[in-house]
Amino acid sequence: MSLNKDFGEYGGQFVPETLMNTLKTLEKEYEEYCSSDEFKNDYMKYMKYYVGRPSVLYYAERLTEMCGGAKIYLKREDLNHTGAHKINNAIGQALLAKHMGKTKVIAETGAGQHGVATATAAALFDMECEVYMGVEDIERQKLNVFRMELLGAKVIPVASGTGTLKDATNEAIRTWAARAEDTFYIIGSVVGPHPYPTMVRDFQRIIGDETKKQVMEIEGRLPDKIFACVGGGSNSMGIFYPFIEDKNVELIGVEAAGLGVETGEHASAFAEGRTGILHGMKTCILQDDDGLIKTAYSISAGLDYPGVGPEHAYFRDTGRVKYTSVTDDESIEAFKTLCRYEGIMPAIESSHALAEALKTVPKMKKDEIAIVNLSGRGDKDVHTVAKYLGKEF
Amino acid sequence: MNRIDQKFEMMKSKGEKAFIPYVCGGDPSLSETEEIIYMLEDAGCHIIEVGIPFSDPLADGPVIQAASSRAIENGFKLDKFFETVKNIRKKSDVALVAMVYYSTIFGYGKEKFIKNCENAGFDGIIVPDLPYEEYDEISSLIESTSIYCIPLIAITSGERMPMLVKNAKGFIYCVSSLGVTGERKTFDKRIFSFINKIKEQTDTPVCVGFGISKKEDVEMFEKDADGVIIGSAIVRKIFESNGNLENVKTFIKEINQ
Repeated sequence: MSLNKDFGEYGGQFVPETLMNTLKTLEKEYEEYCSSDEFKNDYMKYMKYYVGRPSVLYYAERLTEMCGGAKIYLKREDLNHTGAHKINNAIGQALLAKHMGKTKVIAETGAGQHGVATATAAALFDMECEVYMGVEDIERQKLNVFRMELLGAKVIPVASGTGTLKDATNEAIRTWAARAEDTFYIIGSVVGPHPYPTMVRDFQRIIGDETKKQVMEIEGRLPDKIFACVGGGSNSMGIFYPFIEDKNVELIGVEAAGLGVETGEHASAFAEGRTGILHGMKTCILQDDDGLIKTAYSISAGLDYPGVGPEHAYFRDTGRVKYTSVTDDESIEAFKTLCRYEGIMPAIESSHALAEALKTVPKMKKDEIAIVNLSGRGDKDVHTVAKYLGKEF
Repeated sequence: MNRIDQKFEMMKSKGEKAFIPYVCGGDPSLSETEEIIYMLEDAGCHIIEVGIPFSDPLADGPVIQAASSRAIENGFKLDKFFETVKNIRKKSDVALVAMVYYSTIFGYGKEKFIKNCENAGFDGIIVPDLPYEEYDEISSLIESTSIYCIPLIAITSGERMPMLVKNAKGFIYCVSSLGVTGERKTFDKRIFSFINKIKEQTDTPVCVGFGISKKEDVEMFEKDADGVIIGSAIVRKIFESNGNLENVKTFIKEINQ
């Protein structure tokens, strides 16, 4: 195998023996099929005609004026079909599942965005779909549950543990271990056992590949800074990865600081976590002295995850990517700012990246360029923002 | 000599098969875990598997998940757990095997964990989320102690099986079926020939676990295997007994006649 299962000291395959042959087969099929022209053509066809790619790189003129610093560009992943970057990966994995002869797909979901993307891909490719979702999240995200059901998916409530994304992921892995013969597990982020972090990164790097091409066309040069939010870290890995070798481009990953890192109510693995094992990978994780996984908190359900993709942990160690965090309050402020200044309603996840950019950009020079990955649209978050602002319907 | 080897030797000389119960440490409390272990030994068990509760037990079904949650909610801490095992060791010579997720070992500190296991008097560990490919994480630490790391083998292991059993010590944990721990109505028919295939490759005893809950299951697997492991059924019985361990003892005697 030419694929490496580790990113420095991170990554690996910490799963039960029952899954090892399944992972080996997946790795082999991924390597062979996904590097073929047949796959690349199919994938790009769906990206263009179904997802609506390339997503535009938009110059946010009013926002730039307001900040009075570098030029701000937004990579508009929110304009994709289903409203976020998640569809890029769901289509890639569903194509692979189909090629491998699987008739069923399963997925985990927190806020429901990856669940909706997987349900969408399953409908498109005529596959059965089950989405595992924590009971707490089902309660918080009723609309997305109904969306998945309309798309023909079955939403399986997970009551174990804390009833959130991490528990839904456990249950999806357990189910997969029992049914791998006919079932493909579509993981939604750059997490899980090898080869998932690599595979999801490769299906999301289209964001960065396009961005590079677009900024070269518009500005004739590479940007100075790129901002993206990090939960598990798929949209950030997607936009960062093609720039990794471009050492003059500063890459900034923004985690959720929730109520503030000092309160303990946050989802910032890099602020307070240490190396550990979760969901089949070794990475940076929020845990206690006994290795018990801590519950993460963020107003943004998509960033509410106690770990982070293993390759991010590697980029943190090498210093190639700088990681920071912003609070609930700061992200909602950024959400409101983008609504008012640009008429764009971002997802609360993406608002975290934006919040960090809004802090940094005024300190940058006017001839510099900052790009924010607007990973998803905020329609799904309207009720959360309303609740935060004390509005009732 | 490792107690696991001693016990198998003793059972072999008597023509007995191993009946290995699993209990979740700290469910409902560490003092009760201690009592449960004495009871199990008294009921004729020579090897006992003690689960270390974890917040995200990937390989476990609902019964053991719930037991782990109860133990954690009741304040389970590893340091106290090792103290309890040390106490047990003062009174009991039963072979003790810890079932522990690698997350716990790594999170607690792997050097410290393995050393404390040995000092407390454990004879082996079973690590469900540490496959062969990742075993070098702890191999040298294990080899520097008297503890065995019991390998898990599944029907899906296929051509991996000879590699997995090659250096097996203590016993081999053969996973009866796909998926997680927990009671099952039926078993994969391929399991019996698979047990015999393993036995062709190794002299290390082979014990079957996952889904075994009834007397009929025990009898069925004991024909081919050297022992059985029963987890969820016992954990459930302990929970339902509400402190009356005589009920659990009766249950164990019934299924292990």
